[in-house]
Amino acid sequence: MEPFTVLDGVAAPLDQSNIDTGQILPARFLRRPRKGGYQDFLFRDLRFFDDGSENPDFVLNQTPFRQARILVGDRHFGVGSSREQAPWSLIDFGIRCVIAADFGDIFYFNSLKIGLLAVQLDIEACNLLRKQLHARPGATLRVDLSQQAVTGPDDAIYSFKIDPFRKRYLLEGLDDVAVTLRHEAAITEFEQGYRQKFDWLFHYER
Amino acid sequence: MSKTLYQKIWDAHAILQGADGQSLLHVGRHIVHDGSCHAFEFLEDRGLAVRRPDQVFATPDHGVSSKSHDIAAMSDPEQRRAVELLSQNSRKFGIVHFPLDDPRQGIVHVVGPEQGITQPGMLLVCGDSHTSTHGALGALAFGLGTSDILHVLATQTIWQRRAKTMRITVEGKLPFGVTAKDVILAIIARVGANGASGHVIEYAGSTMRAMSVEERLTVCNMSIEAGARAGMVAPDETTYAYLYERPFAPKGAQWNNALAYWRTLASDADARFDSEVSLDASALAPMVTWGNSPEDARPVDGRVPDPAAETNLERRAYMLRTLDYMGLAPGMALTDIQVDQVFIGSCTNARIEDLRAASRIVKGGHAVIPALVVPGSTQVKLAAEAEGLDRIFCDAGFTWGESGCSMCVGINGDLLGPGRRCASTSNRNSIGRQGKGSRTHLVSPAMAAAAALTGRITDVRKFGP
Repeated sequence: MEPFTVLDGVAAPLDQSNIDTGQILPARFLRRPRKGGYQDFLFRDLRFFDDGSENPDFVLNQTPFRQARILVGDRHFGVGSSREQAPWSLIDFGIRCVIAADFGDIFYFNSLKIGLLAVQLDIEACNLLRKQLHARPGATLRVDLSQQAVTGPDDAIYSFKIDPFRKRYLLEGLDDVAVTLRHEAAITEFEQGYRQKFDWLFHYER
Repeated sequence: MSKTLYQKIWDAHAILQGADGQSLLHVGRHIVHDGSCHAFEFLEDRGLAVRRPDQVFATPDHGVSSKSHDIAAMSDPEQRRAVELLSQNSRKFGIVHFPLDDPRQGIVHVVGPEQGITQPGMLLVCGDSHTSTHGALGALAFGLGTSDILHVLATQTIWQRRAKTMRITVEGKLPFGVTAKDVILAIIARVGANGASGHVIEYAGSTMRAMSVEERLTVCNMSIEAGARAGMVAPDETTYAYLYERPFAPKGAQWNNALAYWRTLASDADARFDSEVSLDASALAPMVTWGNSPEDARPVDGRVPDPAAETNLERRAYMLRTLDYMGLAPGMALTDIQVDQVFIGSCTNARIEDLRAASRIVKGGHAVIPALVVPGSTQVKLAAEAEGLDRIFCDAGFTWGESGCSMCVGINGDLLGPGRRCASTSNRNSIGRQGKGSRTHLVSPAMAAAAALTGRITDVRKFGP
């Protein structure tokens, strides 16, 4: 995964609450090959009309926000389905950070694991940031992971929390599987004990 | 020190704990489906193998046709390929697989409990958010995205930080016409759509104890709709009786060993939970959702909310937008909502007890709108046919389908058209869930059946005991 350290970028305000993963990435695109990129499917039914033309009212179709690297949402962002294709589509579009008042638990961790930083700020901060971004389209935010701080267009600083384990992975761009396999000996030893203690789980007829 | 059920299962699976509060947990069992194809591809790309294939189980469900289990009936080549890849990967790695033509095939969250693959005290994962279903048997079960599926395939482990705990105590006897689905919709309405975020829920109380395992599965299924990481019910005699002699349940002396272990799992009497919620079951009514979030659930004899009466501006804006999408008028009676279609199915409500409950309403009547019944597994379908339930549905003009996720997720071709309205026994009513522009009202199987007979949201209690 690409490390996440400091991000300075155009931020787009997304005013709706309850943007579930199905709206971020509609289910009909779930089986598309990963290598083909998911950017065109992001917010598909919000961004595009049925005939494939752009909906000019949708924020990511407006000029300064086409270059958005950061998205500022409302409440309940990424609730619902566990599809990691939702964060894939955001990353492939160029967004590396989503700020919202609260996130779906699975979306939140899926995102951190692939280098999309999900930042939880209180709803007042989210509302204020979106208001500022509407007032000054194209304004940038700075997201500093090591300082755990977001700097607003007015230089106000908002601090956020993140699990120290996930923070380290993001900062260093570590790969989960590779790190876990360093614990091979402990895993194997545990498995031996587990298979003895719960032997009934390993005797079944196919 | 006293422990919760959650903590006991956690402790039994903790390999190591890092200084930063994350633990590496062993995964007892992992269920994969056609949607897991990306993770297998990544595994292959990295030259890795499935570490513990005897702890992985597979069956296709998301994209399979409800018209036929002949793979040729899958008209979408992407979906067909995903089902084929599941077969290939299962063969390649030696994973137990119930393919399309196997009588054990079905929705992963129906098949796991039904086959006895899901057991108390187990840490179980699957690449689907409704994995919380399996907690009904006293397992710790949660859904994963692709990166985590890959991680579990490669290492049989997962990194987790201990969640907070929430106990939801439901007491009292359910009134006539009120089902497990109504209980969980009422809970979500109370807790909020992301109100249990960061928590694992344990459902307790006399109502939960009196429920069958199938009813508990319905409740735990929608834990994720309250934002919880998992939902669970302590195993008891009901659980053990359900599991006894299921194909993958322990047999003989091993059954006794397992049972002795399972009996140690219930939360200790003085165990503490981070938060407590209680609900009076006897005060509940059949529920129906009016909006685009499962928390938008109200008693069926209630009304669509009026945004003008809402003082919270943010909430009012949500209501206005939602009523517009849903095509509803403020303050209208929920029973005045006309529906175009009915779907009885999904991992929430497509087990045999659900189909029986729906068939009792349907028997002798006739559907006035298109109505689709999709059993949760091929086993459920066969059991229903042995009881003649398929005849009851077909005689009433319902369509009787082959098991799979079908119109709940809408990727197998079973879709609502734009603006079409469905009374559905599934779990999500979000924008576009059952097809672009679709309008979903979540209800119990009996309520869905009643809506099919009348063409509108109907209070099932009017059908009499």
